[in-house]
Amino acid sequence: MELTGAQALMRSLEMSGVEVMFGLPGGAILPVYDPVLDSPIRHVLVRHEQGAGHMAQGYAHVTGKPGVAMVTSGPAATNIVTPLCDAFMDSIPMVVVTGQVAMSAIGSDAFQECDTTGITMAVTKHNYLVTDPADIPRIVAEAFHIATTGRPGPVLIDLPKDVSNATMDWYWPDGVDLPGYRPRREIDPAAIAEAARLIRTAERPVIYAGGGLLKARAAEALRELAEMCEIHVVTTLMARGVFPDRHPLCLGMPGMHGNYTAVTAMQQADLLINLGARFDDRVTGNPAHFAPGAKVIHVDIDPAEHGKVRVPDVPIAGDAKVAIEALIEVLRPGDGSAVTDAMADRSVWKSTVSGWQEQYPLSYDQPSSGHPLKPQYVVEQLRDHTPDDTIVVAGVGQHQMWASQFWQFDHPYTWVNSGGLGTMGFAVPAAIGAKVGRPDRTVWAIDGDGCFQMTAQELISASAENIPVKVGILNNAYLGMVRQWQELFYAERYSEVYLSADHPDYVGWAEAMGCVGIRVESAEEVVPAITKANAVNDRPVVIDFRVDTEEKVYPMVPAGGSNDDIILGPEGDADAALKGSAPS
Amino acid sequence: MWQAVVSGPQGTNLSPEESAVVSLPQEPDLHIFAAIVENKFGVLARIAGLFSRRGFNIFSLAVAPTADPSYSRITIVVDVHNTDVNQIAKQLDKLVNVINISELHPSDSLERELMLARVGAVDLEAVVDVISEYGGEVLDHADGEAIVSVSAHPDRLDRCERQLRPFGLHVLQRTGRIALRALDADEPAVGMTA
Ligand SMILES: Cc1ncc(C[n+]2csc(CCOP(=O)(O)OP(=O)(O)O)c2C)c(N)n1
Ligand SMILES: [Mg+2]
Repeated sequence: MELTGAQALMRSLEMSGVEVMFGLPGGAILPVYDPVLDSPIRHVLVRHEQGAGHMAQGYAHVTGKPGVAMVTSGPAATNIVTPLCDAFMDSIPMVVVTGQVAMSAIGSDAFQECDTTGITMAVTKHNYLVTDPADIPRIVAEAFHIATTGRPGPVLIDLPKDVSNATMDWYWPDGVDLPGYRPRREIDPAAIAEAARLIRTAERPVIYAGGGLLKARAAEALRELAEMCEIHVVTTLMARGVFPDRHPLCLGMPGMHGNYTAVTAMQQADLLINLGARFDDRVTGNPAHFAPGAKVIHVDIDPAEHGKVRVPDVPIAGDAKVAIEALIEVLRPGDGSAVTDAMADRSVWKSTVSGWQEQYPLSYDQPSSGHPLKPQYVVEQLRDHTPDDTIVVAGVGQHQMWASQFWQFDHPYTWVNSGGLGTMGFAVPAAIGAKVGRPDRTVWAIDGDGCFQMTAQELISASAENIPVKVGILNNAYLGMVRQWQELFYAERYSEVYLSADHPDYVGWAEAMGCVGIRVESAEEVVPAITKANAVNDRPVVIDFRVDTEEKVYPMVPAGGSNDDIILGPEGDADAALKGSAPS
Repeated sequence: MWQAVVSGPQGTNLSPEESAVVSLPQEPDLHIFAAIVENKFGVLARIAGLFSRRGFNIFSLAVAPTADPSYSRITIVVDVHNTDVNQIAKQLDKLVNVINISELHPSDSLERELMLARVGAVDLEAVVDVISEYGGEVLDHADGEAIVSVSAHPDRLDRCERQLRPFGLHVLQRTGRIALRALDADEPAVGMTA
């Protein structure tokens, strides 16, 4: 059967199991948009290509399936570079197709030509420039294989217009042949045995659970290991939800804005069991002072993570779920006795940890009535007045940290955020993608006023396509996180961080985009507004929560500082705040 | 002519003697990697890009197709100052087009490098004296200049280069080293071979 390259591309996407794609057409990708009309794949038309990329990411986050976006050449390709980089940093499986000028024009600075493969080389797991329509099925099959196996990531396919227009004999490859790509690693039994020995003898062990566990779909295995060995678990920003926050062994989020117990337990541990995390600087603070007394077991599917930041005592390269199951197997006694019988006495450690939990809970103070409305209170009310399995999507800034801190995540794949790249504007499009992937779930974006202004126009896409997401803007009239650093580390010299609470008029803007808009100015209005928003199911809803402009995120470990120097709050340790090093 | 002013760590201007000490380059710590890569468009750019974005320092790089023209063999000499050697190998290994990668230790490898140089040769005999010690040859000579070719172990090539310097090294082109594991050397323990 003879197909055009364009038809072959769509057919290949169908063969790869794609159900939804996000995109926006233009000159170089025009040939492919014609067969889009005949394809069973749902296409969501975005208003900006960055939105297409983040939607694909949100979709991938909650479904575990690769997100797919398609855009034209030149400015469209550059518009999607941010989502590619975001997906690369957070290991999100994604396939992006970009149009390209005709092969004969490449290199001539043709209209809307840009070196897309050159530009995206550093932010993709792999990329392709297609030069022959006959290669399309093979390349698409390879792209999905690479995006979804091993450490997942984004793959880009750059498709010149003449290649789309030329014809080929259709085929679908049986498999892929990539001799240089070896995503599967056999777990080394000797490493598992050594890890088990360290686990048995540790007196102060902590499981450092990372986003890799979600990719490995290892939440249940993690729970079994933690419960069997009675080891506390911290869940990083990328791993929120992989272990239930309500579980007695859960210590919550560590890191720069982690809670005291999570940060300090890691800091004082004698064994860190890192499962799919990467010792990000937002977790470790100054790595030279991070968990100085801890031995490290590090499970990662990407062996390059071993020793990149911290040299592990026991590196285990491989799939986290397989590794955890192997550990459980080795640790479980044959005679049916409790595993913990064979372990070091941890009673002192356990009471130390629960002492911290009691003494240093996360806290804020919501005045009983009227102003100012505290952002943390809004997050708590959202948490308490939405279904238990609501998907929460955050932007980047203070609101993101409050969302992570004050939500209670009890299910995996209910938290979507931009961790590694910290991309403002992520929330609205990622929430739309998440809702497309899980239409059965309630999806709430908790966004900042600054972030919202970066990608809000995608709510028009959501209205047009009947994707009823809900957005709660924690409108503090500031680029709040930057304001916080200027307050703490630049002597309250506020430089270019004021946004105004009234401009834009978020309610008017929401309505103009076909959404329901609600404004909330006091604590009493919060729950009724949430209830009203939850009742809307035929269009998106935006709530403009006018929150305290001066509220800060605590605890805080100043950038580059040691986790021992955690600042608990304004009253707790005001002097320590001033001692903190400058942000970097 | 201009003179560079080298500032000390505290921003003080140093005397020429002191600044010479400050600006003295650190002894490079060179490691040799050999990689087999798919002979495809853009592979070299991927490798070069990886090195620059991870902050690895390429000292020299030589690349050409293998006996099977669908692959190329690349010898990369890396200055590993402040870099973990394993990181370099592991990051390279992640590139989809890199089939395998291994580190070649000088003690169990054979290394060669080729140099072409245009040197002052008013006294051609003297130039020939120097290069013949290294098995080199004169490819061309005219008007008091010669083009010489020397292939040798890179350390010997360094020595040859030093000896040629007094004649006037007008143009110098070295290829960067290539290396093969010696026949009696053990295979590396890491599951990577080249
Ligand atoms: C695209 C982008 N630009 C700049 C930044 C730096 N930045 C981090 S948080 C932040 C402020 C975000 O403001 P807002 O969305 O209002 O959130 P808030 O901190 O006030 O909750 C900025 C500017 C970023 N992370 N991303
Ligand atoms: Mg704000």
